[in-house]
Amino acid sequence: MADLTTEFLGIKSPNPFWLASAPPTDKEYNVRRAFEAGWGGVVWKTLGAEGPPVVNVNGPRYGAIWGADRRLLGLNNIELITDRPLQTNLEEITRVKKDYPDRAIIVSIMVPCEEQAWKDILPQVEATGADGIELNFGCPHGMAERGMGSAVGQVPEYIQMVTEWCKKYYSKPVIVKLTPNIADIRQPARAANAGNADAVSLINTINSITSVDLDSMAPEPTIGGKGTHGGYCGPAVKPIALNMVAEIARDAQTRDLPISAIGGVTTWRDAAEFMAMGAGNVQVCTAAMTYGFNVVKEMISGLSTWMDEKGYTSTQDFIGMAVPNVTDWQYLDLNFVTKAKINQDDCISCGRCFAACEDTSHQAIAMSEDRVFTVKDDECVACNLCVNVCPVEGCITMEEVAAGQIDERTGEVVSDDYANWTTHPNNPAATAAE
Amino acid sequence: MATSHQASGIQVARLDAAGIAENFSDLHPAYDAHEAAVAADRCYFCYDAPCMTACPTSIDIPQFIREIQAGHPESAARTILEQNILGGMCARVCPTETLCEEVCVRETAEGKPVEIGRLQRYATDTLMEMGGHPFSRAEATGKTVAVVGAGPAGLSAAHRLAMLGHDVVLYDAKSKAGGLNEFGIAAYKSTNDFAAREVEWLLQIGGITMDYGKKLGAELSLDGLASGYDAVFLSIGLAGVNALRAPGEEKDGVRDAVEFIAELRQAEDLTALPVGRNVVVIGGGMTAVDAAVQSKLLGAENVTIAYRRGREDMGASRFEQDLAASKGVKLMFNVMPKAVHGNGAAAEIELEYTAVAGGKVSGTGETVRLVADQVFKAIGQTLEGQPDALELEGRKIKVSDTGRTSMAGVWAGGDCASGGEDLTVTAVAEGRDAAMDIHSSLMG
Repeated sequence: MADLTTEFLGIKSPNPFWLASAPPTDKEYNVRRAFEAGWGGVVWKTLGAEGPPVVNVNGPRYGAIWGADRRLLGLNNIELITDRPLQTNLEEITRVKKDYPDRAIIVSIMVPCEEQAWKDILPQVEATGADGIELNFGCPHGMAERGMGSAVGQVPEYIQMVTEWCKKYYSKPVIVKLTPNIADIRQPARAANAGNADAVSLINTINSITSVDLDSMAPEPTIGGKGTHGGYCGPAVKPIALNMVAEIARDAQTRDLPISAIGGVTTWRDAAEFMAMGAGNVQVCTAAMTYGFNVVKEMISGLSTWMDEKGYTSTQDFIGMAVPNVTDWQYLDLNFVTKAKINQDDCISCGRCFAACEDTSHQAIAMSEDRVFTVKDDECVACNLCVNVCPVEGCITMEEVAAGQIDERTGEVVSDDYANWTTHPNNPAATAAE
Repeated sequence: MATSHQASGIQVARLDAAGIAENFSDLHPAYDAHEAAVAADRCYFCYDAPCMTACPTSIDIPQFIREIQAGHPESAARTILEQNILGGMCARVCPTETLCEEVCVRETAEGKPVEIGRLQRYATDTLMEMGGHPFSRAEATGKTVAVVGAGPAGLSAAHRLAMLGHDVVLYDAKSKAGGLNEFGIAAYKSTNDFAAREVEWLLQIGGITMDYGKKLGAELSLDGLASGYDAVFLSIGLAGVNALRAPGEEKDGVRDAVEFIAELRQAEDLTALPVGRNVVVIGGGMTAVDAAVQSKLLGAENVTIAYRRGREDMGASRFEQDLAASKGVKLMFNVMPKAVHGNGAAAEIELEYTAVAGGKVSGTGETVRLVADQVFKAIGQTLEGQPDALELEGRKIKVSDTGRTSMAGVWAGGDCASGGEDLTVTAVAEGRDAAMDIHSSLMG
C-alpha cells in the first residue's frame, strides 16, 4: 500500500482528502464522524465575526441537476456561513483538534473587509490549535451582497490587502479560497501571492440557477415563490475547476504557489487528476453530501492502488506531473493525426456514433444494412465525438496515424515534424520557419 | 374447503379463492413511477433503433421512452397508440423477448434489455387512467365500412377507419368484442378485465357501431356486405381447431385448449372452474403454454406439455417455456399422441416418441403412458367459414401487403389472412394498414 501521507504547507494529514468548508464541517458532531470515516482533514465551515450569527432561509437551500438513474451531477446551494455562535465553533474546533492531532483542521473565515475585524478574530482562531486558516473570498450568494465572499474575491486589490492582514495577525498558514466567478483566475491568484498567501484553494462555487419551477414560474430552490442564484458544485464543475487549477499552476507568477484543489472530486481518479495538475491535496464536499462520509474509503484505497500500480511511493511523486503538458492551443502539434476506430467485438450497434457524426459532424461513419458501423478514414477529422457518445467505454478509440503513413482525408503523408499554428501558412501572423 | 390437488378426475375448487387470486395476479406487475424512471433511463436512444424495426407495428420506441424520461408518459402513450391502438394489450401480451427486447442493444451489451413492454404498459396505463380518448375523428367522409370480427385486427381497422372519418359497423359472432384478447390469452396477462376495458376505451373514438351475434356465413354474407358497404374488412380469425387424430379423442376429458381458455377467461369465479388432477397438453405453441400454466395455477397436481418436435421448434418462446417450467409444468419433447385410454373418460394418454428427419416427424415405435384425466388439444387453429369467393394462400385468405383480397372492395387481416405471425401485434398492424389502404382507395 502506497503511503498517502501528505504534507501541505507543512501540515501533515494521513491522506490528501480534506473535506471542504461546507455543511459537512459545520459542527463537532459531523467532523468527528468524518475523521472516524478516515478523512485526512477538514476545512471547518466558515466562521463570521463575533456577535449575532447569520441566519439561513427556512425553506430549501439546495437545487440539483441529475444524470441517468437520478445520479446527482451538480448541486447548488444558497446556504450562508455558519449560523452558530463564534464561541461555540471555536470551542468545538479546540476539542476536536485535541482529540485528532494527526488530522488537519483548517478554519475558514469570512469577516468584513476591515482590518479590525480580522485583528479581532484571528487570535481567537489561533488559540484553537487549528493548523491554518482559509479565507473565504468565494461564496457567490448572500454574503457577497454584504460586501464579503466573492465580492472580495472579485477585486484582486482586496484579496492582497486582506491576505496581508492575515499574515500580520496570524502565525500559521493562510490559504486564500478563490471564486471562479471571474474572467481570469490568474488575477486573484496573483493577488493572493502578492499578499504572501501560503496557498490558494479553488474553486469555490459557481453562480447558478439550477432550474425553474414551471408551475410557480420561479427559480429553484424556491422560497415563498422567489429564488436566487446559488453556488454550483459537484461532478459537473470539475472541468472548470481543473482548468482554473491548471491556469494557476502554469502561470509564471504563481507556479510555485501551493494549491488545494476543489471541484467535483468524487473518486480517487478525480483527486489524482487534480494533483497531477499541480494541487498538493484536494477538498471534497458534494461527493460526501451525496453519499456520506464513507466515500473517502474508496478514494483512499483507489489512490493507493493506482500509486502502487504506477510505482509512486508518495503523493509528492506525481503532483504537478501533468502541468508541463498543458499548453496554449497555438502550440498544439498540427501534424499529429488520429482516426477513430470502432472495435466490432465491443460494439453493441446502438448507432449513436453514426447519428452524432452524420447529423452533427463530418459524415465519417458508415452504417451497413445489418448495423455494422465503421469509420471512413477519408472523412474522419478525429474530433472524438463518437468516442464521447458511445455508451461502451473503450469501444471506440482514437488511433494515431504513424508518420510516413498517408492521412486518407488529406491525401498527405503524415510527418513526424512538430508543426503548430504559429508557423502555419494560413496564419497571417506566422513566423516563417527558417 | 378446497378440493385437494390429489383428488382424481376433473374437479372444481382445487385451490381456495386466495390461492387462485395469488396465482392469477399480473404476470408482470405494473411499474410505479420510480421504477419506470429507472427503466427508462436505461434506453440509449439508438439511431434507427433495432427495437422499432422489430416491432410489427413500428412503434417509435426510443421516442416514447424519451417522453417517459422527460416526464410525459401520456405523450409516450400517444406515440405508441398512433402506431398501435391496442398498445395497452400488446404491452401485456407481446412476446417482447422475441421482438423488441430481443434486439435491444442492452441485451447485446449486458444480456438485460430495456424492459420496453413494461414501459409501454406504464405509458398506456397512465393515459387510460387519465380518462378520455386521445384521438378525434376527421370530418365525416360519408363512407361506410363493414368490419367482420372484433378481435385485434378488426378493432385496429375499425378505429383507424373511424378516425379517418368513415362510419364503421363492427360485427362479431360472439356477444362480446375483443377476440383472442378477450377469449384467448392467459388470464395473468390481462388482469382486471383489461381486454374489455380497452375495447370500451377504443370505442370512445366514436363512429363505430357494434353489432354482436353476427357470423359470416350465417347472419352475414360477403356479397351482402360488399353491396351494403363501401368496403369490407374481414378479420374472422381461425375458428377451427385441429383434431388429434388419435383413438380415444372423443373420450370425456379430452377437449380443445382454446375452449378451456375461453371458459377460464369468462369465468366469474375460477374456483368454480374444474380442472384435472393429471393434465396433459398436446402442442407446442402459446396456446399450449397458456392452457398448461393455467391448469397448474388452478391447482392441477401434474401438468405436462407433450410436443412432437424438439424444444428449438416450439412455437412458444423460451421465455414462455421457462415460465411454464417455473410454474411446475413438465415439458416433454419429441412425443406425439398415439391413443387416449380410459373407460368412457380419459385415464391415460399413450405417447409415442418421435424422430425428426428432414423436417418430417415420425414415430420411433417406443411408447410411454402418462396418467391423464384431462387432455387439452393445442395443435393449432384453422380457418373456418371463409367465403368461397376468396382465393386462399395455403390455409389462409390470400392478401396483399395492404390486406387486399382477391375480391375487389374486400380486405382481410389478422390470423385469418396470409402473411405475418399469428400475434396480437401483427393483427393490429394488419388492421391498421388495411384501413389506410381502404381509406386511400375510397378517397382516391
